[in-house]
Amino acid sequence: MPSELIGIGKLEPFEGAFTKLKKGWMEEETVPPPVKAKMPHSNKVCDSLRDAIIRSNPKDGMTVSFHHHLRGGDNLVFEAIKILAELGIKDITLAASSLTTAHDPILPYFKDGTITQIYASGIRGELGKALAQGVMPKPFVIHSHGGRVRSVHTGKIKIDLAILAASSSDIEGNATGAHGPSAFGSMGYAAIDSWYAKQVIVVTDNIVDYPCVPQSVTQNYIDYVVKVDSIGDPSKIAGGTTRITKAPMDLQIARLAAQVIEHSGELEDGFSFQVGAGGASLAVAKYIRKIMKQRTIKGSFILGGVTSYGVDMLNEGLFRSIFDVQSFDAAVSTSLMDNPYHIEIPAGLYANPFNCGCMTNKLDIVVLGALEIDTNFNVNVITGSEGYVRGASGGHSDTASGANLTVVVCPSFRGRIPIVKEKVHTIVTPGESIDVLVTERGICVNPQRKELKQNLEKAGIVTKDIVDLAKEVELITGKAKPIEILDRIVGVVEYRDGTVIDVIHQVKE
Amino acid sequence: MLYIPGNNPAMLQQGSVYGADGLLLDLEDAVALNQKDAARTLVSHMLKYISYEGCEVTVRVNHIDTPFGLEDLKQIVPLQPNAIRLPKVETLDEIERIINVIEQIEDECGLPHDVMNVHVMIETALGVQNVYDIAKYSSRIDAISIGGQDLAADMQLVKANDGVGIDYARKQIVMAAKACKIDVFDTVYVDVENEDGLREEAEYIKKLGFTGKAIINPRQIEVVNEVFTPTDLEIRKAAKIVKAFERNKAEGIGVFAVDGKMVDAPVVQRALRVLEMADVDVESL
Repeated sequence: MPSELIGIGKLEPFEGAFTKLKKGWMEEETVPPPVKAKMPHSNKVCDSLRDAIIRSNPKDGMTVSFHHHLRGGDNLVFEAIKILAELGIKDITLAASSLTTAHDPILPYFKDGTITQIYASGIRGELGKALAQGVMPKPFVIHSHGGRVRSVHTGKIKIDLAILAASSSDIEGNATGAHGPSAFGSMGYAAIDSWYAKQVIVVTDNIVDYPCVPQSVTQNYIDYVVKVDSIGDPSKIAGGTTRITKAPMDLQIARLAAQVIEHSGELEDGFSFQVGAGGASLAVAKYIRKIMKQRTIKGSFILGGVTSYGVDMLNEGLFRSIFDVQSFDAAVSTSLMDNPYHIEIPAGLYANPFNCGCMTNKLDIVVLGALEIDTNFNVNVITGSEGYVRGASGGHSDTASGANLTVVVCPSFRGRIPIVKEKVHTIVTPGESIDVLVTERGICVNPQRKELKQNLEKAGIVTKDIVDLAKEVELITGKAKPIEILDRIVGVVEYRDGTVIDVIHQVKE
Repeated sequence: MLYIPGNNPAMLQQGSVYGADGLLLDLEDAVALNQKDAARTLVSHMLKYISYEGCEVTVRVNHIDTPFGLEDLKQIVPLQPNAIRLPKVETLDEIERIINVIEQIEDECGLPHDVMNVHVMIETALGVQNVYDIAKYSSRIDAISIGGQDLAADMQLVKANDGVGIDYARKQIVMAAKACKIDVFDTVYVDVENEDGLREEAEYIKKLGFTGKAIINPRQIEVVNEVFTPTDLEIRKAAKIVKAFERNKAEGIGVFAVDGKMVDAPVVQRALRVLEMADVDVESL
């Protein structure tokens, strides 16, 4: 890893999950948020997004930020970048909390110099492919959800303009995602942008009478308000209710993971819990729910990305509360509105490592996925088997570092591609944060977690050495050809504390 | 026992990871006519190269009177899976003829006759009538099973899902199996989305005396295993009976009471069966 990189500056190498944090006081300083003023009764409402962007006085080299709460239905990023490009703005740093396949249409602006750098927790689709192919002049930065907040607080990301979608807003910019025709739930990732951006535009398709309640972002931070016909594709924004997978492989892995959790020693009254929204990860919740009912266990809180399945568990009294930084389906919005124990939290409270205790630090059990995991338990959730960027760091390293029990669930191979292997292509979460891997072909406990291994063995759960599992997988799939890469570094992966845990090289086509 | 279509490489590869006791690699009804050769080749290769550790592997071949049956036997028998499953067996002559072919192939390959077991499927009214004679024909027949879908078709039942029409056949087949002291497996439950229906049917056929149930989707394994696995309460009760039996036996008492209920030899036998299913070592009690 180089000590410095053009477009990024000095790289501070990762030296351990807690090496930096355990000092307590950080050398970085919090930058002051902008100081702004408005005249009494001034009008924030703009005729169009274009009008609002022009009023924000955009300049070359600016940083523009967005949240990704509109999920796959987001059209705002494209609309805003298109306007900026039409205005001739160049050299933009795009600081979106995450980029998905919904953002594929902005690819041309990577190529014409409109956007020259990216900060995001995840990048997928055509963008991820193009970035790995070296389309961007400056290296992109992958950060965790908590790491993004840390970057903004410390001035590593200096947002000039935040453009924040809301499903409802009043004319002063008090806004929420909890109601309106395009309701999407929590706006947890948007809070930091509203506080720190030099200028903030709230974009909504539903202006409500003053005051908008509840308020995820508040008027004292908002410069302009825009009413548009649509903030995106409603079918993909308000995507209904998340269902538990029916895929037998995911269910089998989830069943095994639930057994591990049950006998880990962590599944006790008052435990806190986080699972992902898809595949085996969410399916674990199904089995944990059953065990909690059988053993009459009541948990403390559900954290993180929240699904309607989590809401059901809250309503059944299995947990006391939900802390919601991001809602994964539309069904969550009603709960967020109606249940005082379903609490929206900003990303900093959720996972920022640079404060006196984010909520991931209070996690007991987290279940996470992986694109790859190596024999040292290092996890890759960002690059795919061909070296393209096709995933998200998200809250992976944040929750893994905080939880007492971090369970990674994934198949041992997908198609003919080994997932459990000797070395991952990109490290996002260090192996020291992972306690146990659960695959369909075996359960592997991190050798550092001797007590966990003993607990599982006492319960008759057979475990396997991860090196043996990797060999077993290789016998089935054959040895995968290494991804061919060039020397040029196209991206860096920040650990949550701002150190660089890995770099991403340009792939050889 | 989980059915896996013989022409599905991914399922054949992953079949053993779901927790089924047995895998039924199917060359028959789950495989389309134009895929029969491909399935046979694929299953043959899988048997050679994939480890199905922890699962008993049975291959269901096509009936010998179809264009595919003999070739299936020629390819599969030399590989000696745990068992070979013969569909739509109806008469004693038929089973005799098929087992002769199997043993002829084994002789040609220098293989013994007592390693690979034979499972017989009863799927027609005639088969039900002859089931006892078929089941007792050979000591290598260690299980019989009912094929509910084909039997319902043979009986010209319009509505078969409630199991009423095949109830007599189920009981007849169980009785034949018990008389021969071999295993007996129930037919598949086709509505994979209906977990409650599956549970109800599994509980019913367990009461009839079936040893297990065929399933068509890994999602059905958990329910069937739950039904057929003795509960903690059942295990504790069985252990209590067996321990009391051992105590009383030493004193020469054959009939005694546990928790106010009479216990004699058949009750002890059932308790031992529960402990066996729960994998509890009687010596350790």
